[in-house]
Amino acid sequence: MNDITKLKEIASQIRRDIIRMVGMAKSGHPGGSLSSTDVVTALFFKVMNHSPQNWERTGAGRDMFFLSAGHMSPLLYSALARSGYFPIEELATFRKIGSRLQGHPATDTGLPGVYEASGSLGQGLSIAVGAAVGKRLNNDPNTVYVLIGDGESQEGQIWEAAEFAYHHKVNNLIAFTDWNGQQIDGTTTEVIGPDELDKKWSAFGWNVVVVENGNDMSQVLDAIEKAIAFKNKSEKPTMVMLKTDMGKGVDFMEGTCKWHGKAPNEEEVQKALAQLDETLGDF
Amino acid sequence: MAKYINTGDKDTRSGFGAGLLEAGRQDPNVVALTADLKGSLKMDAFAKEFPDRFFQCGIAEANMIGTAAGLSLNGKIPFAGTFAAFATGRVYDQVRMAVAYSEANVKIAASHAGITLGEDGATHQILEDIGLMRMLPNMTVINPCDYNQTKAATIAAAKHNGPVYLRFGRPSVPNFTSETEEFVIGKAYKLSDGKDISIFATGHLVWEALLAAEELEKQGLSADVFNIATIKPLDIESILNSVKKTGRAVVAEEHFIAGGLGELIAGNLAIKYPCPIEYVAINDRFGASGTPKELMKAYGLDAEHIVNASLRIIKK
Repeated sequence: MNDITKLKEIASQIRRDIIRMVGMAKSGHPGGSLSSTDVVTALFFKVMNHSPQNWERTGAGRDMFFLSAGHMSPLLYSALARSGYFPIEELATFRKIGSRLQGHPATDTGLPGVYEASGSLGQGLSIAVGAAVGKRLNNDPNTVYVLIGDGESQEGQIWEAAEFAYHHKVNNLIAFTDWNGQQIDGTTTEVIGPDELDKKWSAFGWNVVVVENGNDMSQVLDAIEKAIAFKNKSEKPTMVMLKTDMGKGVDFMEGTCKWHGKAPNEEEVQKALAQLDETLGDF
Repeated sequence: MAKYINTGDKDTRSGFGAGLLEAGRQDPNVVALTADLKGSLKMDAFAKEFPDRFFQCGIAEANMIGTAAGLSLNGKIPFAGTFAAFATGRVYDQVRMAVAYSEANVKIAASHAGITLGEDGATHQILEDIGLMRMLPNMTVINPCDYNQTKAATIAAAKHNGPVYLRFGRPSVPNFTSETEEFVIGKAYKLSDGKDISIFATGHLVWEALLAAEELEKQGLSADVFNIATIKPLDIESILNSVKKTGRAVVAEEHFIAGGLGELIAGNLAIKYPCPIEYVAINDRFGASGTPKELMKAYGLDAEHIVNASLRIIKK
């Protein structure tokens, strides 16, 4: 079995996890979690140098992944559990009282894999930039990855971080934008324009890689390869713009903002799961 | 009462600058960031000696706080410096999530706090920052009183593992604490022993509290004077021991009553040892332009007002 087939299988299972977690919690954010599943799968199961069983918050000697759009927590938790950071059974506790799997990622529950709390939008890029600068100071050659949303990029702090990363030549940072064009109140262009996000990143001095289909595993892997090549030859930070579909993988959730932060009911859960192969066994 | 000598007026922000340099020399993990206020916060010496550990963020405080949080993950000890108004109110959400909730080892260096910022006026004179910061779980809040203590507190903050809000100011004020004493986070510093009234002061009001105690002494009254340099965690034991002896307290601070040290102490005493209390603080109004001295007088934040508050309460 080649890498791409294997990664697609993992992505399918993660999508199942997302649907089941949100369904069981009767709350949560399936839309963005599903649109970003492919890139997160690629990072956790192929690209990143990480040690799930031996995680430390310092991230020393390893690649680090930051989820800035913290509402995609079901995706992060599934990727962490499926790669061995904690038992997959714990996914069933998502959003329940006493759980380490808080509605949005938190550090005070001691969940391995979470470096910083996220959920209040626009902050994770700054944090990732800081972590990348810290790695540089420590002569740690590993990479810092961060995932932000396109709606999230309406936050001014994203562009503050963009300026800083450019100015301070933070080239050990690879960022991804889940460019699904949807946010709570509608499409990103309906809510607030302009939508030429790739040009904004170029204007801020970053390397920009645009992925026409950010839900196509081979395109995602190619883009990450390009970004890593940039890291090795350029002083600039790199942004990978992933054109994705919100709700990808579940037909009635695709391409609409309706499922940004809405849980499917039991019937809808079954309808969704019927479209997603159980490849690794449900939690 | 014990006598304190002003060894010469100095600004507390220069104490921060000196402390930062010293902390940087002691620990290579100490790094510093600023949002276009390197000179105002006296960070030049650190930036010059450790150019690779100093980060100019531009006028972008939110990113500065987040970047500091990220740096802390790698074992760095970041001091993020800007004016108190911008270090708190402007970035409250960033401090709340990325620093306090995440328990990031970030030191927020907040200069030009309070009304003594002076001529720039109310836009820059934050008087609610202590309240904002002490409401956050995991946050340590330090408000030293003079140059020497600010320097020592900066060094102590670097050694402390956890989020710290370090508040200091712009004007030159009497420098009277020990040059060599190590700063102990969480300790209320007793400056004078008395039996008639407890005076709890913080920041620039500590010197005024000492002047007030001298004046009270002339009137035959003795004051127990404390420098509450750490507001959170509060040394409630020292405070309780004092009011159990004197039976009354005045709390003096360059801050709003709302959210300030006075309310904090009163809230504790209401439960543990109810007694008469007076506030010397600003009641629900913004600051204004003027010289620091003029403003302290106009807003009732000086020795005279501490004396008057003490006499009011003693006569009750």
